[in-house]
Amino acid sequence: MKKKQSIASDHRRGWSISRRGFLASAGTGAVAMAVSGRIFASPMGNKETAEMAPDVLSKITLHVNGHPHDLLVEPRWTLLHVLRETLGLTGTKEGCGRGECGACTVLINDIPRYACLTLAVEAEGAAVTTVEGLLDGETLGPVQSAFVEEDAFQCGYCTPGQIMSVEGLLRKNPDPSMDEIRMAVSGNLCRCGAYSHIFKAAASAAKNRRK
Amino acid sequence: MAKDSTSIYYTEGLPVPETPAAGKAPKPWEQTDVIGKPWPRVDAYERVSGTAVYPSDILLPGMLYGAILTCPHPHARVRRVDTATAETMPGVRAVVGPETREADLPWSYRNVKSKIFPPVCRFEGEPVAAVAAETPFQAWDAARAIQVEYEILPHVSDERRALDANAPKIHDGGNKVKTETYSRGDVSKGFADADVVLEQHYRTEAELHTPLELHGCVANWDGDELTLWESTQGVYAVQSRVAETLGLPLAKVRVVGHYVGGGFGSKLRTSRYSIIAAVLARRSARPVKLFLPREETYLSMGNRPPSNMTLKAGVKKDGTLTALAFTCLGTGGAFPAGGTSLVDWQIRDLYRCPNISTECTDVYINAGPARPFRAPGHPQGSWALEQMMDALAEAIGMDPVALRLKNIPTVSQGRQGSPPYTTTGLEPCLTEGARQFGWAEARRSLGAAQHKGPIRRGVGMAASVWIVGGGGPPSTVIVKLFADGSANLNMGASDIGTGTKTIMAMVVAEELGLKPEMIRIEHADTGTTQYATPSGGSKTVPTEAPAVRDAAVQVKRQVLEMAADEMGLPVDDLAYEGAAVASRSRPDRRVPITGIEGLRKRGVVVGVGHRDPNPEGKSINPFCVQFCEVEVNTQTGEMRILRFLSANESGRVMNRMSFDSQVIGGITMGIGLAATEMRILDTEQTGKLVNRNWHDYKLPTALDVPADITSAPVEMPDAEANTTGAKGLGEPVTIPTAAAVANAVYHATGIRVTESPIHPLRLCSLLEQQTKEG
Repeated sequence: MKKKQSIASDHRRGWSISRRGFLASAGTGAVAMAVSGRIFASPMGNKETAEMAPDVLSKITLHVNGHPHDLLVEPRWTLLHVLRETLGLTGTKEGCGRGECGACTVLINDIPRYACLTLAVEAEGAAVTTVEGLLDGETLGPVQSAFVEEDAFQCGYCTPGQIMSVEGLLRKNPDPSMDEIRMAVSGNLCRCGAYSHIFKAAASAAKNRRK
Repeated sequence: MAKDSTSIYYTEGLPVPETPAAGKAPKPWEQTDVIGKPWPRVDAYERVSGTAVYPSDILLPGMLYGAILTCPHPHARVRRVDTATAETMPGVRAVVGPETREADLPWSYRNVKSKIFPPVCRFEGEPVAAVAAETPFQAWDAARAIQVEYEILPHVSDERRALDANAPKIHDGGNKVKTETYSRGDVSKGFADADVVLEQHYRTEAELHTPLELHGCVANWDGDELTLWESTQGVYAVQSRVAETLGLPLAKVRVVGHYVGGGFGSKLRTSRYSIIAAVLARRSARPVKLFLPREETYLSMGNRPPSNMTLKAGVKKDGTLTALAFTCLGTGGAFPAGGTSLVDWQIRDLYRCPNISTECTDVYINAGPARPFRAPGHPQGSWALEQMMDALAEAIGMDPVALRLKNIPTVSQGRQGSPPYTTTGLEPCLTEGARQFGWAEARRSLGAAQHKGPIRRGVGMAASVWIVGGGGPPSTVIVKLFADGSANLNMGASDIGTGTKTIMAMVVAEELGLKPEMIRIEHADTGTTQYATPSGGSKTVPTEAPAVRDAAVQVKRQVLEMAADEMGLPVDDLAYEGAAVASRSRPDRRVPITGIEGLRKRGVVVGVGHRDPNPEGKSINPFCVQFCEVEVNTQTGEMRILRFLSANESGRVMNRMSFDSQVIGGITMGIGLAATEMRILDTEQTGKLVNRNWHDYKLPTALDVPADITSAPVEMPDAEANTTGAKGLGEPVTIPTAAAVANAVYHATGIRVTESPIHPLRLCSLLEQQTKEG
């Protein structure tokens, strides 16, 4: 991992409902599956290929925002589901669940990926970064700050995904052209239509990061 | 307590607005320190950091996940539902359907009664049964294991065939919802007086809202009290419908919607999933999270109805409009849902015209009911009227802007009694927009006549009026001033992404002289905040902002009275100066706000504000004129939009930053209607929705919109409208967009695209036709 960031996933600002009770029930309640057949998973970052039976919970370790999490997951659970409903990292959003909108974009080894099209077991061994992982303590990262300054959102629901796509772009290409910016966020739908401000925010974040 | 009592005020020594005497409305703001400036959103941190908790983000201990099995046919009788297998599946905690008592819960669309789980499904996506289980995967396993026997009934999915004699009847009374007519003057005489008469058929395809956050809620019972965290534009609207359906007192239904991931009208109404989540939660005695899958939102969460329109128009050589005759056929789907509502409003009200007739026929088809979609009916009517204006201008050899300037109304002719507008920005929007866009020069140098290569450029424009946008009662708002001078704003309205919270904080800041960041906002919670109507109709700012201002004024009055007592001075000698209260007659006598004994002893001063009625006999409307430049590749049929400019008169600009965001958002959505979006129903065979996902139903993406979008506000603070001078903005900005694009395409190619969307296939075939016809 290039960058180690941390925030306590269970202690979000101004939110008092405990997630621990939920974790317990989700962990014990899930026992069987109706899916038959085999699921093959290629853990990213591991060279070997593991074969998993679909009807058992698998123990995996996910590295999210610099922290390891030991988890029991069904092989069919998506990374998105585990991030949101098990780890409580709800900054990553679900818009469609089938790779159309990009609201669930996270970085996997610095590359933007749709968490709804990534199985949790696939992400084992990889460095997963979510929008919460761009914070430095309570301080916004440069892309997040640029989105605030340019008002690059309205309802804010696609925003974490947009931010992660821009973050992924800038990690690879610190000085992108307008066309490269547009292409980088073209897999992220914004129904409020904030695109032109998103372009500005991306350009301004690139500039600030280079300083 | 703030360390330095004055550091929280923006107005060290500057006057804050005068406090009016009791019973008097505050005067319009003359100069402002906060209002009108570009102000970043008060909840920006939460939205960009991932810490904002949207309803879909709620996690509760013991929470289950719900899944609704829906009818896969556009018209079918549910003969038998077998849930035996589903009930025994792993993780399943509750199953409800037609065999359980919840089946009798009523549901209705306007005056047509139905059930939560109806025995006859009239559109694809009506609920048949539902499950709650420990994980969403288990819930869907179980839902899919429910066996349903359907009797498939004949369907009609094309509104143009719904009134055919052999069309299947969707309701007992037939497929016609209603025909509405309007007329003024004498249309025949108007056409006889015209030098040019044109007639044209137009069609706009149905659009689907698809906000990014799915429709749904989390339901939790605490004894006989129900709490719903719901992704909604109006928590009080959900509260009343849920309480009514479940037979609960309003006070026992708490609906919370602090954040909502987009709505655009589709989250104004209450949906059956809220009831289903509540009954699943009651049966299982566990909280239930129930969000619809994306595909289901395409089916049942509303649409902008398709419109089949014919417009006949007469004009004199000097540009005077003499008559407009308009007909429209539309559909709100399988239930009464306003299939043609307001489609004729642009024709009735936008331009001065003495002779008008309109006739709108709304029919049923076997498809999901419409819901209000950002400026219901308006963009469709604009598609027809504004393309017709373009054609009329050409026919009489007049510039399109000049033709519109020739027909500016001062009264709302479409309304009974033709009341005058409080302000009418149509004319300045036209002239100022044209100037800033460089209209005259672009019109001359671009266009089909100027370029003979395969790439053609053109410019187009369109104007619009929004039928409402003035807001109005009821609204109740509370502002609390704490002993350290900071404040709390409590209002029931939702912030659907338009920046409502920020604007309201700015109003409090302006009025109390506080910095906006010293204000905390509680909102959109029926348990803890005040009554508000849903955020829609571009009415939230003109409705809530005056109530917020009133609440802040109430705070100031009480503080002034306390200070008067303590200082031994008459209250009308005192002025509220933000950080302090000062005597007008004796400049040496002043007391800091934090030094007022009464405030310190009581701990808080509470101001309750209300929204006063709008002026009688006046019409309050925002106006919008848009200009754009497009490029068409005549070999591929591809159209690129190069730039857009929107001139908006929405009264006072409250927050320049979110104002501009609204403008670019409205244009982007309008580009969807113009160029990419259409609902496709398999009308010939199954009647099913073919493109129920974002791959096949294309929203404008980052590659489809211009980076160059200019927001050009024409600010006319509307003192008559309300105490803040603001009118609505969110809807006006999307009304003329599609028509402006179509007019630009015509300028570029000479092709009049009368049916939306202007996609490459359509444009290619029209270009081919043009070549053949020479």
